[in-house]
Amino acid sequence: MSDTITLTINGQEIQAKPGQMLIDVADENNISIPRFCYHKKLSVAANCRMCLVEVEKALKPMPACATPVNAGMVIRTRSTKALSAQKSTMEFLLINHPLDCPICDQGGECELQDVAMGFGGDISQYTEQKRVVCDKNIGPLIATDLTRCILCTRCVRFGEEIAGLPELGATGRGEYTQIGTYIEKAVSSELSGNVIDLCPVGALTAKPSRYTSRPWELIQHATVAAHDCVGSNLYVHTRNQQVMRVVPRDNEQINEAWIADRERFSYSSLEHASRQLKPMLREKGKLKEIDWETAINLALEKLQAAANQKGDLAALISPQCTLEEHYLLQKLVRGLGSNNIDHRLRQIDFSVQDYTPVMPWLGRSIESLDTLNSALLIGGNLRLEQPILNHRLRKAVVHNGATISSISTLTGQYNYDLTEDLAGSAEQMLHELASVLVALATASKTEPGKDLSELLDKVKAKKEHNAIAKSLLKGEQSAVIVGVQAVSHPQYGLLMQLAETIAGMSQSSLGYLSESANSAGACLAGALPHRTATGSTSERAGQNSSEILTAKHRVLVTMGVDPELDISNETSLQQLADNNDFIIAISSFGNAFNAAHADLILPLATYLESSGTFVNVEGFWQSFKGCAKAAGESRQGWKILTTLAQLLLPGDAIDYADSTAVRNELKEQCRNLTLDNFVSIQSGQNKLPTRPRALQKISSTAIYAVDAMVRNSAALQATVNMRDAGCLRMSSEQAEKLSLSTGSKVHVKQGEGTAILPLLIDDNVPAGCVWMPTGLESVKNLSTLFGSVDVEKV
Amino acid sequence: MTDTTTHTLLNEHTREEIDHWLAKYPADKKRSAVLAALSATQHQNQGFLTTELMDAVADYLSLPKIQVYEVATFYSMYETKPVGRHNVAICTNISCMLMGSDSVVSYIEKKLGCKVGESTADGRIYLKPEEECLAACAAGPMMQVNHVYHEKLTPQKIDEILDGLE
Repeated sequence: MSDTITLTINGQEIQAKPGQMLIDVADENNISIPRFCYHKKLSVAANCRMCLVEVEKALKPMPACATPVNAGMVIRTRSTKALSAQKSTMEFLLINHPLDCPICDQGGECELQDVAMGFGGDISQYTEQKRVVCDKNIGPLIATDLTRCILCTRCVRFGEEIAGLPELGATGRGEYTQIGTYIEKAVSSELSGNVIDLCPVGALTAKPSRYTSRPWELIQHATVAAHDCVGSNLYVHTRNQQVMRVVPRDNEQINEAWIADRERFSYSSLEHASRQLKPMLREKGKLKEIDWETAINLALEKLQAAANQKGDLAALISPQCTLEEHYLLQKLVRGLGSNNIDHRLRQIDFSVQDYTPVMPWLGRSIESLDTLNSALLIGGNLRLEQPILNHRLRKAVVHNGATISSISTLTGQYNYDLTEDLAGSAEQMLHELASVLVALATASKTEPGKDLSELLDKVKAKKEHNAIAKSLLKGEQSAVIVGVQAVSHPQYGLLMQLAETIAGMSQSSLGYLSESANSAGACLAGALPHRTATGSTSERAGQNSSEILTAKHRVLVTMGVDPELDISNETSLQQLADNNDFIIAISSFGNAFNAAHADLILPLATYLESSGTFVNVEGFWQSFKGCAKAAGESRQGWKILTTLAQLLLPGDAIDYADSTAVRNELKEQCRNLTLDNFVSIQSGQNKLPTRPRALQKISSTAIYAVDAMVRNSAALQATVNMRDAGCLRMSSEQAEKLSLSTGSKVHVKQGEGTAILPLLIDDNVPAGCVWMPTGLESVKNLSTLFGSVDVEKV
Repeated sequence: MTDTTTHTLLNEHTREEIDHWLAKYPADKKRSAVLAALSATQHQNQGFLTTELMDAVADYLSLPKIQVYEVATFYSMYETKPVGRHNVAICTNISCMLMGSDSVVSYIEKKLGCKVGESTADGRIYLKPEEECLAACAAGPMMQVNHVYHEKLTPQKIDEILDGLE
C-alpha cells in the first residue's frame, strides 16, 4: 500500500494517509466539521452524530470521526445532504438542553452555542417537557450542571483513557442516561480538572471560579506551570489584572492538552489572607509595617556589614523561584564574599555533590517517554509528583506494552500495571538496587565495575530483580528514572551511583526528576554552594543547605522559603533563629517561622505576578511575563535583587532593564553547555547499610503541600486527595502488632520531633515501615523523609 | 474493599457461577463476564442488586466500580433498588396488547394491590414496568415469572400462578 492516497473534500484534492479518520484529514486541511464527542486525544465514540458528512456512493451521511479515508473518496461537508443531517442532529441535541446560557459559565465559549449558531436551525419543533438531571457533588474542583449534558462521554473516556481512573460513567439508558459517579463520590484523579476543558457544554465547569466572570471579560496570558519540574504550558485568564482561572496551553512536547489539578487551581492562593503585603521589620520583638525605602536601606546596611565580616552570610532559596532570582541571589551572595547559597532544601546527603551532573535532567525528551519499552522508577511516586510524566509513562504501558518497575517506599501507587513493584525503607531500597545490579551483571555478562565489587560481594538477586534486569535489557528504549523522594534519601550519593550503574549497564537513559519548577534552572544559575552559574566550580565551596541550617551567620536571607514546611532537616528552627543575628525573609506568603523569627520581611510577587524563566526537567527554558497585579506592595524578585546588587556591588555594573536581560546574560554563558547525567559518580561506599530493626519512617511530600501557593489554595486543600494525606499509614499486620486500628490517634517520635496523627491501615506500606506525609503543618517537626521512628497509641 | 469482604458478600454458588463464565473468556477480558456475574449476584440477593454487591462484583472481576454500575443501570433485567422477591413481567407489546394484555395488567394490579413498577407490601411480588416483547407472540397474552414463561393468560390461570408464589 502506498503511503499516501488522494481523496476529494468539497472539490479540493487532498493527500492523506490510508486509514486516517476523515475528521483528522479535514482538520489538517482547515476544513471545519462540527463535532462534540470527537477529541483528538480520546478514542472515537461517534455518539453525538454532529460530524455527519456526505460521502459519495454511501447511502447515508457518515460520521467524519469514525470514517476512515480511502483512495478516491469524494466527500462533501457543506452539501445539502450534509448540512441537513447536521441541522437535524443539532435539533435533537438541543431537545433536552436548557436555555440557561445567560447564567452558564460556559456561555461565550461554549461549543454547543457556537455550533448551534453555525449549523443549527432557528426554532425547535420540540414542545414537550425537557429532561432534568439532578446535579452531583463530585468534589471541590468540578461543578456539575448535568441537565446541560449532551452525553458526548468525553469525560467518561478521559477517565478511562487518560486519567487511568474511571470515576465518571454513563448510567441508565436512553432518555434516562446520565453522567455521574452513580454513588455520591468525589473524583480523585490528579488530572481530574481536565474534564472541565473537555466538556463541550456547561455541564462540567470549574467550581472555584464559578459565577465569577464571563469569558469575554478575560484577558489571556501564556505562562508556565510552577508546581513540578515538568513546566506544563498554561493560559492564565485575568480580569482587571486579577487571575480568574487557569487552563492548559497545548504543547505536544510537554503537557499535550492536559494539566494537573495543582497547576489549574493553585491560583486561588494569590488572594489568600496569608499573603505578605507589606515590608515588615521586627522592633522590640514585634513585626511592624515599614515602607520599601526603609526596608531596602536596612537590608543594604545589614548585608554590607556581613560582607565586611568576610562574607558572614548565607542564603536559602526555593527551587520554585525563577531562574533570574536564582542567578541574581547567587550573584549577590558571591559578590558579598560568600558561597553559602543553596536551593536543595530537601536534600540530606551532599557527599557526591562534586560529581553530580551540572544540571540533573530527565536524560531524554518528555515526549519520548511515550515510546519507552521499559523503565525503572526509583524513589518517588510520579503519579503525585509529576502527573504529566506519569501520564506519558501510562501511555507507554497501555499503547506500547512497556514494562515498568518501581523501587520505592509504597506499593500500588500507579494507575497502570507495574512489572515489579518493590517497596521498603531507605536502606531496603539500596539493597533492591544492588540486587538489580547483580541480576544485570548475570544477564548481560558484564561487570558493574571495580568500585562496586566489594559492595556487591554477597548480594543475591531474586526473581523480581532478574525480571527488572531482563526488562531493562530487552527494551530498545529503556529508562532509569530517579524520583524526587530519592533526593531526600540519607544515602543519596550511593543511590545515585547505583542508579547510574544500572542505567549504564542496561544502556538505558538516566533521568533525575527534581522537586520544583526551576530546580534545574537553579543549578544552571549557580544557586549552589559549590558551583557558580553554568556549573563552574566555585573558588571555595560554601555551606550546603544542611550546613547553613546549623552554622552561625550574621545575616541569613531566605527567598520563597517556609522553613517549617519546605526544608527537610533535623535542625530545630529555634536553633536556626538563634544562629543567625539577622534574618531577611523575601516571601510571598506569611508563615509561622517568619512571624516568630524573621527580622526583616520583604513581600515577594509570586511567579504569576512576575516575569521570569523556569527551566524544566528536559532543559527547556520557558520565559513568561507577569499575568496579574502583584498583591499589596509585593515586588518582583528580580527587581528586589537587582536593586540590592546595584547598590552593594557597584563594581559589577549591574544594570538590567528587565528580567529578559538577566536571562540573556545567563543564557549567553550557558551557550556551550551540554547536558549529561552520566558522570561516573563515586560514593566511595563499599558496603550496603544494614537494614535497621527499628520501625522506619518512609515519606514523601503530600500532593498539595509542595509549595506555599498550593498549600494556600483552599480548593486543593479540600480535595479527597488531601483528606487522608495527613494520616500515618501502616500495614494491617503492623497495626495488629501495635494493637492499633484505623482512626486511632498515634504519637510519633522521630529524633527530637513529635507529632500526633490519625492512623490509616494501608497494606501498600511495606513491613517494618510507617508512611507519613511531609510538608504539612501537622508533621512540621518531623521533616526528614526517612529514619527510625517510635509509634505508640495516644 | 478487600478480598475478604467480597468473599463474604458473594456466596459460594455465585462465585462458582461467575468463575464458570470467566473461564469462557480470555484471562485479561474479565469484563466480558459482568452480565453473567450481575445476574448470579442478583439471584443470590432475591432479585435486586445493592451498591455493595455491585462493588463486590467489580472487585471480583477487577473492574472499576463505575463500569459495573453502568451495566447494571443500563439493562432492564437488573434491579438496583429493593424489589419483591418474585419478578413478574407482563408483556404489553403489540401482539399481547391485541390479545388483551391491558386487562391482564389491570387484573394483576387490582389483585396484588400495587401498580406496575411497584412491589407488594409484603415484599412477595414485584411487577416489572414496561417489559418489552418476549417473543411469545403466538401465545399472548403472556407474562414471565422468575424467568419462566406463562402463556395464554386467563384470570384463573393468573390466580393459580400468583397464588402459588411463596
